[in-house]
Amino acid sequence: MAKHIVARVDEIPPGERKIVEIGGRTIGVFNVNGSFYALRNRCPHQGGPLCQGRVSGFLMATKPGGEYTYTRRGEILRCPWHGWEFDITTGQSWFDPAKTRVRAYEVHVEGLPMPEEMGKLLPGPYTAETYEVSVDDQQFVVVEVP
Amino acid sequence: MAVATAPSALLDRPSSIDVAVIDTDIHITFPSPDVLTNYLAPEWREHHRTFGMRGHQGSHYPRAMPNAARHDSWPAAGGPPGSNLGFVQEQLLDGWNIEYGILNPLVGVGEQRNLAYGAALARAVNEWQLHDWVEPEARLRASVVVPWEDGELAAAEIDHWGGHSAFVQALLIIRTKEPLGRRKYWKMYEAAERNNLPIGIHFGGAGGGPITGAGWPSHYIEDHGGMPQAFQAQVISLIYEGVFERFPGLQIVLIEGGFAWIPPMLWRMDAAWRKLGAETPYLKRPPSEVFREHFWVSTQPMEEPLQREYFRQLLDQLAMDDRLLFATDYPHWDFDAPDQAFPIALDPVRKRNFMAENARRLYGLP
Repeated sequence: MAKHIVARVDEIPPGERKIVEIGGRTIGVFNVNGSFYALRNRCPHQGGPLCQGRVSGFLMATKPGGEYTYTRRGEILRCPWHGWEFDITTGQSWFDPAKTRVRAYEVHVEGLPMPEEMGKLLPGPYTAETYEVSVDDQQFVVVEVP
Repeated sequence: MAVATAPSALLDRPSSIDVAVIDTDIHITFPSPDVLTNYLAPEWREHHRTFGMRGHQGSHYPRAMPNAARHDSWPAAGGPPGSNLGFVQEQLLDGWNIEYGILNPLVGVGEQRNLAYGAALARAVNEWQLHDWVEPEARLRASVVVPWEDGELAAAEIDHWGGHSAFVQALLIIRTKEPLGRRKYWKMYEAAERNNLPIGIHFGGAGGGPITGAGWPSHYIEDHGGMPQAFQAQVISLIYEGVFERFPGLQIVLIEGGFAWIPPMLWRMDAAWRKLGAETPYLKRPPSEVFREHFWVSTQPMEEPLQREYFRQLLDQLAMDDRLLFATDYPHWDFDAPDQAFPIALDPVRKRNFMAENARRLYGLP
């Protein structure tokens, strides 16, 4: 794995991102609540520039006419083209099973931890490419690219 | 340790399309409302500044995305998506190697309550398309926007531009005040036929009535997902009212309305015609036959069946290989990428026809 310095730590404050090019790939580096994550800037759906998307959370509702809750604020990236939603921390796309026909999407990604609040959702068909991110000497954000 | 650099391209991948591409649905808009003032007839400028546009704006649902646009389509130089020719060239025409693109400005002209102002606006928008877009960019062609709620005013606008090679169709929006087969619209069809211009009818708009036959829904998703019902209503009206018996040269392009609904609706229309046709004795042929001779259909937003193979069956049932037209809908959020839009691998003939050759024939492009 090749390590690349992508930014000084203070260049990407919480909630912000930086998009860089490494070896022909463009990669978005995100700061989510103080932790850094890196995703390929290419949506697995139709190839849109995923990392230019809006960062949001999930609006959840257990049933029609019931209560709405908002969860995972700042951790969900929406593709700027079709609005596909991806977990910034894992690259996983998520579906609300109440809104989709579950059996049509049998793609699962092994080994990804499922946060508890995601219990109402099912994994979607896509996983964005993610990269290891570390902080070097508390000064630089470093991305490892295979 | 290497230091990463700034991205050198807008996208992380080159387009992998290997045939010519004609994009039949591109949306442009004004960089600022003032732009139009220069093109408006002098007697309407004061009205434009003082009163401005008054349609049925309350009919529109708030979009999921600002301007219903891709987030990456806002020009760095400022202005809304689709307002900057240089960025449209870079992001769309050059980015995807588009051979020709058809401009469909959705700017509310036909929905104006003041019909005379609507007609003046239509002329101004058409002048703006010509001078600011088609003249500086040879890959673009324009659509004649018309004040469609008045058949005679719409006909006059079509007659004005009919002989100009920059304009390849007249443009309506699917949600009109009345079903489009009604006689109030016939002068417009007569003019389109006379000028050998197809009429494109695009997704959206606000004619004052709800999108459904059962009142007003709650959400944008119902408006967006339910739009085919407006297209169905117009096809039913145009065919059963006998528009194509009256204007046999008229061609209609359904833009952004989907197409999976077409085969079963034509079955039902044929069945009704066999049983109830006495009510419309001027309709001499099965509706499905009329449809396949007079309608063209754009592909975006692409139908996405649960099993990809259903898409091949759909194409067979549709039986319109010579009338399906690729479109991106740039810069709107439901953009279809030319190299990834179709859910199945198309055979070379279908691919060439859908991506460019059908549109080339329809619009008479070189």
